[in-house]
Amino acid sequence: MNRRALALGVLLLGVMLLLPAFANSYVLSVATLILFLAYTGQAWNVMMGFAGQLSLGHSLYVGVGAYAAAGLFFHFGIGPWAGIWLSIALCVAFGAAIGFLAFRFGISGVYFALLTIAFAEFTRIGFDHLDWTGGPGGLFIKVAQRDQIDLANFRGPPAMYYYAMLVLTAGALALCAALLRSRAGYYWQAIRENEEAAQALGINTFRWKMLAVLLSSAMTAVSGVFFAFYYNNLFPEQIFNISRSIEIILGPIIGGVGTLFGPILGAAVLTILADAITEVLAALGWEIPGIKQVFYGVVLLVVIMFLPHGIWPTLARRLGIGK
Amino acid sequence: MRRRQFNRALAAAGVAAGLAPFGMVRAQARKLRVGVLLPRSGVQALIGQSCQKGADLAPGVIRQLLGVDIEIVNADTESNADTARTRAERLIQEGAHVLVGAFDSGHTAAIAQVAEQRGIPHIINIAAAPQITEQGYKFVFRNFPTAIDLTRNGLALMGEIFRATNTVPRSAVFMHVNDTFGQAMAKGVGALLPRLDFLPFKVLDTIAYDPAARDLTVEVSKAKAANADFLMLVCRLNDAIILRREMAKQRWNPMGIISPGSPGLYEEQYTRALGPLAEYAICNTVWFNPKSEMTKIVGAAFRKQNPKDVLDFHGTNVGYTFDAIMIAADAFKRARSTEPKALADAIRQTAIPVANRMSLGGAIRFNPKGQVEGNLSAAIQNLKGKPTVTLPAEFAEAKVVFPQPAYKKA
Amino acid sequence: MPIDLVANVVIAGVLTGLVYGLMALGLSVIFGVVRVVNFAHGEMMTIAMYATVALFAAFRLDPFVAVVPVAAAFFVFGYALQAGIINPFITRPEHAQFMLVLAIAIIMVNGLLMAFGPDARNVQVDYQLESFALGPVLVDKARLYAAGTALAVSAALFAFFKFARIGKAIRACADNYLGARVVGLDVKRYYAFTFGLGSACVAVAGCMMILLVDVSPALGPAYTLLAFVIVIVGGLGSMGGALLGGVLIGVSEALAGLFITPSAKSMFSFGLLILVLLFRPQGLLGRKP
Repeated sequence: MNRRALALGVLLLGVMLLLPAFANSYVLSVATLILFLAYTGQAWNVMMGFAGQLSLGHSLYVGVGAYAAAGLFFHFGIGPWAGIWLSIALCVAFGAAIGFLAFRFGISGVYFALLTIAFAEFTRIGFDHLDWTGGPGGLFIKVAQRDQIDLANFRGPPAMYYYAMLVLTAGALALCAALLRSRAGYYWQAIRENEEAAQALGINTFRWKMLAVLLSSAMTAVSGVFFAFYYNNLFPEQIFNISRSIEIILGPIIGGVGTLFGPILGAAVLTILADAITEVLAALGWEIPGIKQVFYGVVLLVVIMFLPHGIWPTLARRLGIGK
Repeated sequence: MRRRQFNRALAAAGVAAGLAPFGMVRAQARKLRVGVLLPRSGVQALIGQSCQKGADLAPGVIRQLLGVDIEIVNADTESNADTARTRAERLIQEGAHVLVGAFDSGHTAAIAQVAEQRGIPHIINIAAAPQITEQGYKFVFRNFPTAIDLTRNGLALMGEIFRATNTVPRSAVFMHVNDTFGQAMAKGVGALLPRLDFLPFKVLDTIAYDPAARDLTVEVSKAKAANADFLMLVCRLNDAIILRREMAKQRWNPMGIISPGSPGLYEEQYTRALGPLAEYAICNTVWFNPKSEMTKIVGAAFRKQNPKDVLDFHGTNVGYTFDAIMIAADAFKRARSTEPKALADAIRQTAIPVANRMSLGGAIRFNPKGQVEGNLSAAIQNLKGKPTVTLPAEFAEAKVVFPQPAYKKA
Repeated sequence: MPIDLVANVVIAGVLTGLVYGLMALGLSVIFGVVRVVNFAHGEMMTIAMYATVALFAAFRLDPFVAVVPVAAAFFVFGYALQAGIINPFITRPEHAQFMLVLAIAIIMVNGLLMAFGPDARNVQVDYQLESFALGPVLVDKARLYAAGTALAVSAALFAFFKFARIGKAIRACADNYLGARVVGLDVKRYYAFTFGLGSACVAVAGCMMILLVDVSPALGPAYTLLAFVIVIVGGLGSMGGALLGGVLIGVSEALAGLFITPSAKSMFSFGLLILVLLFRPQGLLGRKP
């Protein structure tokens, strides 16, 4: 990282920190959504971008994490600061089960991706039949009073959620930067590029792949807890949906798989793009249902065709900040 | 356009788009801006677009009736809760004074959240999950029965159907879709049925099925094997069609199909897809009042705007969406202000008489939780290809037919 | 549990499973040769279903006749898609292929919404609601015909890959990409041809499926997922496996619905998928990778 990159980073962080002071709450809600997707994308990136294990079922961890904390709060009044540990423990257990089964039995590539989808779908239908969390009827948490900040129960105004997500995203970025330069990071990249060669060099690929899965699931659990307390209502159909998994991975793929800033940039670009298309179409008076998604799809298609490594590597080169 | 020029244009557009949301000035409006959120694309597009018809005709009708100007700002939730949330924020940013929507309970809950945080009143057009008005919101209002009220009305009407036709079915098989709505209804049925001794039948088997089911062979086989007198059904649209067809294929002819309150059976698509097979299905559900003055007025506007559509098929969606906007306009008229707090206070004081509402029910008044009680259901039966009100007697357009005559191929 | 009830349900499961199998066969053929996972498979089937509905509405064309033009059109469409868009992606990583096809799927679903609106559509043919009675067992006519067609088309496809010259060449490309290029085969053209064949398969499945379910734009993703489950269970790239997988899923869902609870029946498909992945990751009839 050079000085230019550092300057840009500091500038960006400054803008983000001050955002609630001058942005209206629409902008703030979009920014919160971006950070949520950026953080969750970062978590996914640990597994796919660093260690090369393609997960198409990350909604599983968001959902389990959300339901665990929300369930404790709903039934026993236990706040998220305690609940988050149950969320993390459960998600790590799920991740461990999936990782252990898959890696022990030598499942990789497309097959691994489909295994993750299967687990997410399996769990979704399971939650549809789980009375403790309300089944398909949903789990509704009491909402906050508008103006009062109750940090103990993570209730408060939109800006509080925004800052929480900003801290998480920045933390995840720092963690990932450190990881990439640690031993684990190098082993992961070796496994990602050529697993057999890595194994031949004496790397315990099972162990390092497991580490990536566990870390990724634990990080995603936290975004689930955030989701539960930000939205205050959970439905298996929505939270475990495969389209949520896809939403999570679109950002990192468009931004640049395996890069540090890719997930953040991708989440920002896609979220703003979606809203911008809606705005432009509304301005043009083209209110045909479906047209927005068609444009969105076309943009995805174009990006993936012409920027094979995502937007960030190209942009970074243009800005002259290397990696 | 040369490349550099193009880049410059692009940058300018980007800056403009980026700054637009910041420079918003909320104009002191003479008009009430109503933000309408509906799922016009995605899995719920069908019903979302049907509700939209009610919103589209509202400004004209309301100007004529109340003499106030309202402006509708539309937003598509894309059948997605996250989008519902950001669209709600955007509508408020664009100066919406009140929000209306959004058919699905999950999306509605997400919007209610935003409305509450921003202190903008949200009037729910359709959404039955009881919890929404139990979460402690101050700015959220619902003129739609909760699932439990819906079931209570539906079961009471069931008793009336049996009395009107002098039939005494002894048994029923209960099939319900296992989604947010279906489960809430099933809970209502489970809680209420044992206490209603005026109903002569026992439920022999309860079959919950997947809302996304591609195939209902097993479900129908199982239901048929229960050998019950009639089928009690809580469904959505697509599954209802598959289910009815499967019943014909398996030659299962119970006394009839009665829903204690769900969409599906009375919808145009159901009749169009099934033809004569759609006949005689009964749905005891929220409806519009076919005899009210308001229905005549809205109906005329509806026909003018949608010459190809039949009101009966859209009546509930149009009626409840229109009434929600009506509540907003009425509050605006009394408050003489678009200030959200004043509007919310005015909405709390709402007292719209029966004559001024399109949907079936008593006067519109909100209880302290923001819920309207006393909305009514009607027994809607498909007769001659048209959903027809058969009970309660004072609104009936025809007599209820039960048991249904055996299906003969046309 | 009465035996005729079980028989009814199992027979229906087998027949529906065969149609599912044909749909999955298209996916399997494409993956087996091109090694691209077609995440727009279900969406392609919904387009075929709409095409059948349109032909029926315009010319009263029975779906069993419409199968010919629809499959032909889909062959051309699939060929063009592979030649024009997907071929450059065959050497790209899986997540990039996934994104590409996903973008195509998004465009398809919403294009259909724009073109046809949100209503569910179907065709109304006179045999649709009829069934044959074999004693207490009722066999649904449309389902039986559809399953028969699925079997016939699969058999034709088997024969094609076994005996036809192009079929053999395609198998050569699948077995050994480099080798095939060395001996002078135009691999990309064969890939396009294969994608065309797979698309034609899914088109036939779509024509049959419209007799069993109504089509709406949002139907696609669920079928994509279903096709995957079937193909993985049967063995990605194995043609017999796809049919077997279809039948297995059809029957297991039927039995789970009968003996446990219908609302959880697809949970058992995913359960089956997880088991197969763990104990026989190449699928029941798949070859070791």
